[in-house]
Amino acid sequence: MSPTSGFSRQAAIAGIGATEFSKDSGRSEWRLACESVLAALADAQIGVEEVDGFALFTMETNPEIAVARALGIPELTFFSRIPHGGGGACAPVQQAALAVASGVADVVVVYRAFNERSGHRFGQGPPSFAYVHNTDQEYRNWINPYGLLTPAAQEAFLARRYMHKYGATSADFGAVSVLSRKYAASNPKAWFYQRPITIEDHQSSPMIADPMRLLDCCQESDGGQALVIVSAERARDLPHRPALISGAAQGVGPQQISMSSYYRDDIDAMPEVELVAQQLWRQAGLGPQEIDAAILYDAFTPMLLLQLEEYGFCERGEAKDLIASGALEIDGRLPVNTHGGQLGEAYIHGVNGIAEAVRLIRGTSVNQPAKSIDNVLVTGGSPVPHSALVLSADH
Amino acid sequence: MSDTPAAPRPTSVPPLIVTQDNEFWFAGAREGRLLIQRCGDCGTLRHPPGPVCPHCRSFEWDTVESARRGTLHSWTVVHKPQDPGFRYPLVVGLVDLAEGTRLVADFDDLGEGGADRLRIDMPVEVFFGEHPHGETLPRLRLAAEEAGA
Ligand SMILES: [Zn+2]
Repeated sequence: MSPTSGFSRQAAIAGIGATEFSKDSGRSEWRLACESVLAALADAQIGVEEVDGFALFTMETNPEIAVARALGIPELTFFSRIPHGGGGACAPVQQAALAVASGVADVVVVYRAFNERSGHRFGQGPPSFAYVHNTDQEYRNWINPYGLLTPAAQEAFLARRYMHKYGATSADFGAVSVLSRKYAASNPKAWFYQRPITIEDHQSSPMIADPMRLLDCCQESDGGQALVIVSAERARDLPHRPALISGAAQGVGPQQISMSSYYRDDIDAMPEVELVAQQLWRQAGLGPQEIDAAILYDAFTPMLLLQLEEYGFCERGEAKDLIASGALEIDGRLPVNTHGGQLGEAYIHGVNGIAEAVRLIRGTSVNQPAKSIDNVLVTGGSPVPHSALVLSADH
Repeated sequence: MSDTPAAPRPTSVPPLIVTQDNEFWFAGAREGRLLIQRCGDCGTLRHPPGPVCPHCRSFEWDTVESARRGTLHSWTVVHKPQDPGFRYPLVVGLVDLAEGTRLVADFDDLGEGGADRLRIDMPVEVFFGEHPHGETLPRLRLAAEEAGA
């Protein structure tokens, strides 16, 4: 292996912490953020007052200054925000790795905390910021007035085109849902703990935005998840096996529009995802064949198939066959979403998936594969500007 | 048709964001004309509208009027959640216009068979109708030869 990127393996995720994942937390989003940050710092055994940086989503409603104030964190030297919701899910970790590797900050915390089920539900329609008159929201002119109001409806065009082009079926999408619920069934933290489903359950679940059924859609959840990023050197002196950040990338592709890049020749291809993949392999000095497990962003099942292809785990159109072969199972070539994913564990905007990747590297997932896990891919959402990580064991 | 604008229906659809870059398109729609922006230098068509040509970076532009015919690139049938501004199931299409650009619009009542009649690449037509805030915007229907089939 010959890492070529300056920050590759220079920083590590040393702590992970979360609240419970529920449908009604009964407390404020601010409190969920504080609880998850404290849990992650306790996991890393790093003092709260040592935190000097935060990297967050722009969609995070609990600003870093509110959390720093609430927790009595005296000084911050680095604070950064990343747009594009779940697409950017892995990018705050990239920001943290860059800050730590360059010496701008020593202890950077990433968190995402919300009451996304008991408060504003992303699946119900445009969020409050959609009503602001600016260029950021102008793209809504071309989708919202025609009834494409939810992410499920906006992604359905791609899913249908993909089915048409490659012969994938609703049951092929359903296989993802069944597998995720199988993993969730043995994860006590998962909302769907001990509640597996069958493909018949998927096929009889109501249509939401044809071809996407209810069981193709992730949950809406309340909860918070935090991650602590420090230098690899520091991480080696901490209690847990470090999850080295060997690759971390962002990507925007040609003629990118949020959720609606409908004007490209092939709407079912995602060049921004391919762009991220190329960067990761170059940074980490690895290729898809060296990835031992993956956490793929599963807001909607079709995207998991498309991402398997964009990341090079199979050829275009062949993800359904890869899944049917059992490759994504716990004893398969590439166990995927072993926590149950956002379909099964919880929807914490992808950040709970990063925590699961850390557990896979530590060897502590509730669904830990028997084989050695040295490199895990974690991806953000699509079809929006994208981000992803490769986390690696320290040897 | 009355000259009085229709009372707005309750809807979660955000009001249109009309800017100096796109107002020509909405003005055309109000007149029942489907306009496509054309670069004033290299002639490349673009939609949705923008201030500059992504091919040659020219800020010069004019428009061409679409013949309002195309083929169905993809579609969805939205069942849930239901916004008061629409009737459900709501069929929304993505159309390859004959001129070469794409357009999103919702279908008029598809009649017997509903969305089961739809196939990728089938011919469709654009017409204009009232939308949730009372605006006149494009809608879709099957091309005459398909509608009668
Ligand atoms: Zn031009």
